[in-house]
Amino acid sequence: MKSIGNAQAVLAGDRRAIARALTEVENDTKFGSALLDELFVYTGKAHLVGVTGSPGAGKSSLVNQIAKIFRKPKVGQPVRVGIVAVDPSSPFTGGAILGDRVRMRDLSGDSGVFIRSMATRGTLGGLAKKTSAFAQILDAAGYELILIETVGAGQSEVDIARLAHTTIVVESPGMGDDIQAIKAGILEIADILVVNKADQPMADLTLRALKANLDLAHPQQFSAFDRMHLHTLAFEPIPIVSSDVPDIWFPPLFPTVSTRGEGIELLVEAIVAHKAYLQDNGQWQQREAARLQEELNDLLLSYFASQWRMQVNKSKIEEVVHDLLARKYSPQQSLKRLL
Amino acid sequence: MERKIRVLIAKPGLDGHDRGAKLIARALRDAGMEVIYTGLRQTPEMISEAALQEDVDVVGLSILSGAHMGLVPRILKSLQENGMQDVHVFVGGIIPEEDMPALLEMGVSAVYGPGTVTQQVVKDVRKIVLGYTEE
Ligand SMILES: Nc1nc2c(ncn2[C@@H]2O[C@H](COP(=O)(O)OP(=O)(O)O)[C@@H](O)[C@H]2O)c(=O)[nH]1
Ligand SMILES: [Mg+2]
Repeated sequence: MKSIGNAQAVLAGDRRAIARALTEVENDTKFGSALLDELFVYTGKAHLVGVTGSPGAGKSSLVNQIAKIFRKPKVGQPVRVGIVAVDPSSPFTGGAILGDRVRMRDLSGDSGVFIRSMATRGTLGGLAKKTSAFAQILDAAGYELILIETVGAGQSEVDIARLAHTTIVVESPGMGDDIQAIKAGILEIADILVVNKADQPMADLTLRALKANLDLAHPQQFSAFDRMHLHTLAFEPIPIVSSDVPDIWFPPLFPTVSTRGEGIELLVEAIVAHKAYLQDNGQWQQREAARLQEELNDLLLSYFASQWRMQVNKSKIEEVVHDLLARKYSPQQSLKRLL
Repeated sequence: MERKIRVLIAKPGLDGHDRGAKLIARALRDAGMEVIYTGLRQTPEMISEAALQEDVDVVGLSILSGAHMGLVPRILKSLQENGMQDVHVFVGGIIPEEDMPALLEMGVSAVYGPGTVTQQVVKDVRKIVLGYTEE
């Protein structure tokens, strides 16, 4: 058995301890959750940036370039960068090939960068169940910028928009200039848009189409708080009052060539600008408030479900379901019978 | 639930063929493992750094260039320097029979020459990490 690390070592930035903490958290062990409890007070400092877009769009290559610039900024101190790269698990075998590091080799040997690959382990929606917890560990360990690469397969990658402060949507040309493919939903979650592979012939077309779509589809952004709570919570979410009406952030659009590092500097400026925007308008705190309340809500619901499961007997459930299927009782009536 | 086995598949050295490495990666994935694939031309430091960050149980090295007797000790040393001496190292590729004992002596868990059946590797990884075989 591997010996396990501890919170102090994670806080001190011990890389072996961080790696082990991530494993414990990912495997949902008692030790992992105790560690998260202990580290929570040290979280909330890092800037969480999501990178989403179809497989092959160039997310990993882009993350590599973004991290490189933050490590060697033209002005100011280098920023410590944590990277979480999520890839899908096979629904049949539970196995996964995690290949994002292949595109991030420029970052190896830099002790200010920590890269961790992560399989979805059955979670849908582009992230794994523990991605948010990974971000917390890296945050507590002192990584100031955390880049989260999503699976990018689904239509609705809203989970990343919930988790991240800043969401970058990466498109690439030649996905057919079928603009329907640029789904309204993906534009809604974008704080920053990138057309990567700008070296390819159809890039101009994609850029123009996206720009046209943006002008139409983005009259203004929802407030962070409203757009996070799209479904009803078990309790009325408590908003954080911010003093002024927020300025509108209009998502900028950048062409990049991430294999050659072109266009990345402007993108990085926008990432920094978006952080400043969030902080200046109270949006940073709003997002945090919304996210933490979502998390509390999820825990609450699963707690009640497990409490209920412990006290109901299985034959009762079978009976109720049987009667429901036979249409003897409606779903509402069945619920009453179960409680 | 059985715990997930995490494996790093790496190609140290200068040879540019990764067919074998990818074949093994897929076989391990199909056996339910999480395989971190890092691509060609990895230095010993890159391999041990990735093994550390990914907290893998196993490092699988694919070496076709004939440079295994030079590369493997450097990789083992680098793993040790990173506190990863407990990780199980497997070596596969074009490894002559007569080099195998020396590699095992250095601390490698298993060595596979040409013509290895991937299912054998899967079985060995399971056995070494979990400490038992299941049929
Ligand atoms: N031509 C061109 N190819 C790129 C560019 N960015 C990435 N690629 C290539 O596109 C492929 C997929 O890139 P990757 O970063 O793995 O995409 P991901 O699946 O979205 O993470 C790789 O072969 C990259 O080399 C680019 O700007 N131009
Ligand atoms: Mg990728």
